[in-house]
Amino acid sequence: MTLYMLTIYQPDGGPPPPEFMESVARDLYALNQDIKAAGAWVFSRGLHAPGTATVVRVRDREIVTTDGPYVEGKEHIGGFWIVEAPDLDAALGWARKAARATTLPIEVRPFQDVPEY
Amino acid sequence: MDPERAAEIERIFRAEHGRAVAVLVRVFGDIDVAEEAVADAFTAAVQRWPADGLPPSPAGWIITTARNRAIDRLRREAYRADRHAQAALLHARDEEVEEGPVRDERLRLIFTCCHPALNRGAQVALTLRLLGGLTTAEIARAFLVPEPTMAQRLVRAKGKIRDAKIPYRVPAAADLPERLRSVLAVVYLVFNEGYAASSGEALVRADLCAEAIRLGRQLASLMPDEPEVLGLLALMLLASSRRAARTTAGGELVPLAEQDRDRWDRALMAEGQTLVRACLRRNEPGVYQIQAAIQAVHADASAQRTVDKERGGALPRRAEAASAAATDWRQIVQLYDQLLTYDPAPIVALNRAVAVAEADGPGTALALVDALDLGTYYLFHAIRADLLRRLGRDVEARTAYLRAIELTDNTAERDFLRRRRQSLGG
Repeated sequence: MTLYMLTIYQPDGGPPPPEFMESVARDLYALNQDIKAAGAWVFSRGLHAPGTATVVRVRDREIVTTDGPYVEGKEHIGGFWIVEAPDLDAALGWARKAARATTLPIEVRPFQDVPEY
Repeated sequence: MDPERAAEIERIFRAEHGRAVAVLVRVFGDIDVAEEAVADAFTAAVQRWPADGLPPSPAGWIITTARNRAIDRLRREAYRADRHAQAALLHARDEEVEEGPVRDERLRLIFTCCHPALNRGAQVALTLRLLGGLTTAEIARAFLVPEPTMAQRLVRAKGKIRDAKIPYRVPAAADLPERLRSVLAVVYLVFNEGYAASSGEALVRADLCAEAIRLGRQLASLMPDEPEVLGLLALMLLASSRRAARTTAGGELVPLAEQDRDRWDRALMAEGQTLVRACLRRNEPGVYQIQAAIQAVHADASAQRTVDKERGGALPRRAEAASAAATDWRQIVQLYDQLLTYDPAPIVALNRAVAVAEADGPGTALALVDALDLGTYYLFHAIRADLLRRLGRDVEARTAYLRAIELTDNTAERDFLRRRRQSLGG
């Protein structure tokens, strides 16, 4: 079994109309129930808007804290799932459903195995 | 060892590479281990075969030897606490080696190589490397990229298969049409790269055509019930039956209408036509079958001419032109109409216009061509130029030829267009 992160790429800007959001929320709820019923669900949650992000980094050994988001762009991560799946096709199967539910692109990326220390 | 023997061993390994790697990927669950094992078996064969003679089943020998060598190697590595080797050994313990199971292992491997999670370049490189048994250097040469670039591309693709766990499996029926499209596109891309090399000296890079046809034959034997698989093979056979006639001895391009149809390869043509008829009978048309049918109409015209000749009919002075005239262009236009319903691409419409020029005259065709948004494509200008030339609009034709010449990197195509332009004078 491999862990995969399914990331939602969301365009910046105001929220879509409420009736649209309601139908998306319904679809997402149903999808999460499916993922849980299949035993594949590890974690999933939506994020607040990118304007709520804060970036922390080290510059000359000093911590510098700045207003986020880190990457400037027209779209940002809107939320993500972590699912456990036997292979990429299974993970892509969830991603297809997630793309339909959110109407947004979903990036699927495998997690590394736990390193041995 | 004498070079003939060496070449023989190489030929056998290349022919069996796909099957051997495919079986070993299943056994070890790892492409690199499988490739290395087959390479080890090759070294062993070079040492043993010349003295012992060919084994009764070279494929079986290769697979068994490769498997044993790989297990020895992995045991040594696992002993040094290499987790990768331990995993591969563990995998091998649970998998039986069997040769020629009901579903050929190569089928799984090709679906892995052509998985849509890999980009097209990676799909092509992996397919040629693992199924075709081409070396990285050969693939790099064929696609005119430096060898380290191609090696990097393969390493990255194999890394993704391993890390993202791209499965080694024939897709479920529901996913098969989409996944098969990707497989066929890879094989056809290899063929086209060989047939109409987009750049370089030779118009045709015959090796790639032969390799694509070899892959097409493999697919056809693995999936004999998929009409598009047979359609693609037929298309490639029919197109390559004209290969010898497409260029002069000096490497110059000869357009279809002016080709010497006696130089078309009868055997390839017959095989292609038989396949086209067989798959069209199933009445599940698709883009490759329709394109193959178009090629078959051209081939029919040439067969007709052979009949005329055998009957002792008087041959016209320009026999090839007579043969182009014998082509059923009306039927070709209809096939393009059908193709457009599956693939409404401007390039298909452009090819249709070429057939319309023969059926209804260059004026009608020019109006169709001018409506297409293909201004950056050299063939658009080349075809426009030809139609303008036939309409006697020489000044515009010269401009169009010039534009086409500017847009192609293929030396043979460029020389052809230059000659055409010069023949207009001015």
